[in-house]
Amino acid sequence: MSAIANPFPQASASWRLPDRGKIAMSCLILAESAIFTIFVVAYLFYVGKSLSGPTPRDVLETPIFYTICLLSSSLTIHLAAKLLVRDKVGSFLFLWLLTFALGGLFLYGTGKEWHKLIYVDGLTISTNLFGTTYYSLVGLHAFHVTVGLFMILIVAICALAGRVGVEQAHRVEVLSMYWHFVDVVWVVVFTVVYVVGR
Amino acid sequence: MSSNVITVSGMQIEERPWLDALQRWLTTVDHKRLGILYIAYGLSFLLVAGVEAVIIRIQLMRPHNNFVSPQVFNRMFTMHSTTMVFFAAMPILFGFSNYLVPLMIGARDMAFPRLNAFSFWLSALGGLLLYFSFIGGSGLYGAGSAPDVGWWAYAPLTARAFSPGHSTDYWTLSVLVSGFGTVGTGINIIATILCMRCPGMTLNRMPLLAWLNLVMAGMVLIAITPLSAAQIMLLVDRYLGGHFFDAQAGGAPVLWMHFFWIFGHPEVYILIIPCFAFMSEIIPVFSRKPIFGYPVMVAATVCIGFISMSVWAHHMFTVGMSSYANSFFTFTTMVIGVPTGIKIFNWLGTMWGGRLQFKVPMLFCIGFLFQFLIAGLTGIMLACAAFGWQLSLSYFVVAHFHYTLVGGVVFAIFAAIYYWYPKMTGRMTSERLGKWHFWLFLIGFHLTFDLMHFPGMLGMPRRIYTYEPGRGWDMFNFLISIGAFIQAIAVLVFVANLVISYFKGDKAGNDPWDAWTLEWSVSSPPPEYNFASIPTVASRRPLWDLKHPEDPDSRYE
Repeated sequence: MSAIANPFPQASASWRLPDRGKIAMSCLILAESAIFTIFVVAYLFYVGKSLSGPTPRDVLETPIFYTICLLSSSLTIHLAAKLLVRDKVGSFLFLWLLTFALGGLFLYGTGKEWHKLIYVDGLTISTNLFGTTYYSLVGLHAFHVTVGLFMILIVAICALAGRVGVEQAHRVEVLSMYWHFVDVVWVVVFTVVYVVGR
Repeated sequence: MSSNVITVSGMQIEERPWLDALQRWLTTVDHKRLGILYIAYGLSFLLVAGVEAVIIRIQLMRPHNNFVSPQVFNRMFTMHSTTMVFFAAMPILFGFSNYLVPLMIGARDMAFPRLNAFSFWLSALGGLLLYFSFIGGSGLYGAGSAPDVGWWAYAPLTARAFSPGHSTDYWTLSVLVSGFGTVGTGINIIATILCMRCPGMTLNRMPLLAWLNLVMAGMVLIAITPLSAAQIMLLVDRYLGGHFFDAQAGGAPVLWMHFFWIFGHPEVYILIIPCFAFMSEIIPVFSRKPIFGYPVMVAATVCIGFISMSVWAHHMFTVGMSSYANSFFTFTTMVIGVPTGIKIFNWLGTMWGGRLQFKVPMLFCIGFLFQFLIAGLTGIMLACAAFGWQLSLSYFVVAHFHYTLVGGVVFAIFAAIYYWYPKMTGRMTSERLGKWHFWLFLIGFHLTFDLMHFPGMLGMPRRIYTYEPGRGWDMFNFLISIGAFIQAIAVLVFVANLVISYFKGDKAGNDPWDAWTLEWSVSSPPPEYNFASIPTVASRRPLWDLKHPEDPDSRYE
């Protein structure tokens, strides 16, 4: 194979291809978007079609505070990733843990909301169409938040052990892409469930 | 696969014991080994699903037959189709993608070798889970039953009330799990093709197999996932008391149909596009001409990918959608015939004026061209909603899709196996046995599936375990079953060829077919690292440039 002459000696030097981590995460985001789209379509299809039981207007309270938490965590993770690129590990760690806390707060808020819906309003996944589609859609999103928090926790543990530096900046950037995706999905879910669906 | 025996003046280092070899195969992350594992796995399930098909055909050989009970018959057609689509065709095609894409683009492995291995084992174990249902599932009829709800698993048949026990759950979980493996491989293929091409290989110079796998992988990302979503919804319905498809709570079973076919139609294009890729690689080599119209082939495939997302409800013409919906899907289904027809013209254009070599891979390619064309024509017939109203759920549809899947996909798989077997094993297959395989399979295929159109037009429905005599279906069904037996014999000849050639075939060099893409520049089988040094390419046919330095393609591109 070395017998093939290199007709473009400059080609090797300027041959740059996209980064595989970012391409792969973009593909994963595309695939997950398709899953969420199907659940959103089911939700919208069944809006107003429940035969009985509580309706969205009766029981849903718009979670403004917890939404702000989640959206802010996107800002903090973005800043954290940029700080790591400049090797400011201490500031990175602070913002990273803040991201984790904000995400955890969002999950707590979801849990609180569900507790009220189940025990006070009597809405479960089997109550009616609204219950089924609501818990499935919001639950799927919460599952993705949980997975993201778990990954963030692993990075946090490694950072606390002093093992995260500028060399891992790229991986942290790829993870932050996932976290931004989770946020964008929440914006869509929020709009569909708490704005349009009511 | 290369010999592990090294003789060093007087000393001999022994071959590794078989346990060592097994451990290396089970823990491999090498794309070539995983490719072979996928193909071997897929071929095994092809044989199993073939046995299920033969059981179906024996039962239908004459009216009022009682070879199997109706319940077993339902399991047979469910398992036959589920196995063929998910655990035979897809693994074999993904196996070829895995094996060939890195080699063709001048890379040492896929972008994510461990994800590759993970995806393979997810798919493999998903298949084993499906077959465990024969002993582990429990249904209405006693211990041990496989899924019997058809490969579409329509609601509300799959609801807890109508499918008690676990047979449906085996279908759901095995396909869900292997679907995740498929998405993982899709991500891997895209990342590999976009990020790991060797210097000089712009997208415009990639082999068409790489291009078509890129389109296929993109479709995988957005077509497989709706099925995963729908299956999660089914599990919520069955186990958490959900009402996604529960009419009594106001739900709509037709929603399952939409979601399933939003997956199901692009799925069949995911199956056929790698087969188009094989055609685009093999036909030029055995016509001794480069592929006709490379850019148009790429554009047509991308168009097919997009349009295939918009045709799904042609599987639902009899469901009672509005005439606007029926017209829309008729229109899109007819439109998708255009880029497909363009591709067929381009393959014919490649053959036109070439010096044809009728080696075994080429025979299967020619069969493919003829058969896929006919399948496309019956598809256009069915695309017409009014025609579909008459023929939906009849054997005409069964004949149509078997024409595409057996006459198209299986023929292309055979072509690919015969073409790349020398590269993978270092041995040539027997041309004689290959030709026996081809002619026997061709005769059996046409006997079965040409005739199958007629009972369909005479009104024979699908998925019936027996039928009344005297409707004009009897002789057709009998001959169709004979054709199935002939195909079975042909496949046995094929398996014998693969096994015998592995031990006794002529040694193949690097490049037995005098081809032009990078995989033929390395030894057969390739070393684990693929290339001693990463090549640099200057045209679409780097080996042509190498062999004909006085007239390189790079001068004309």
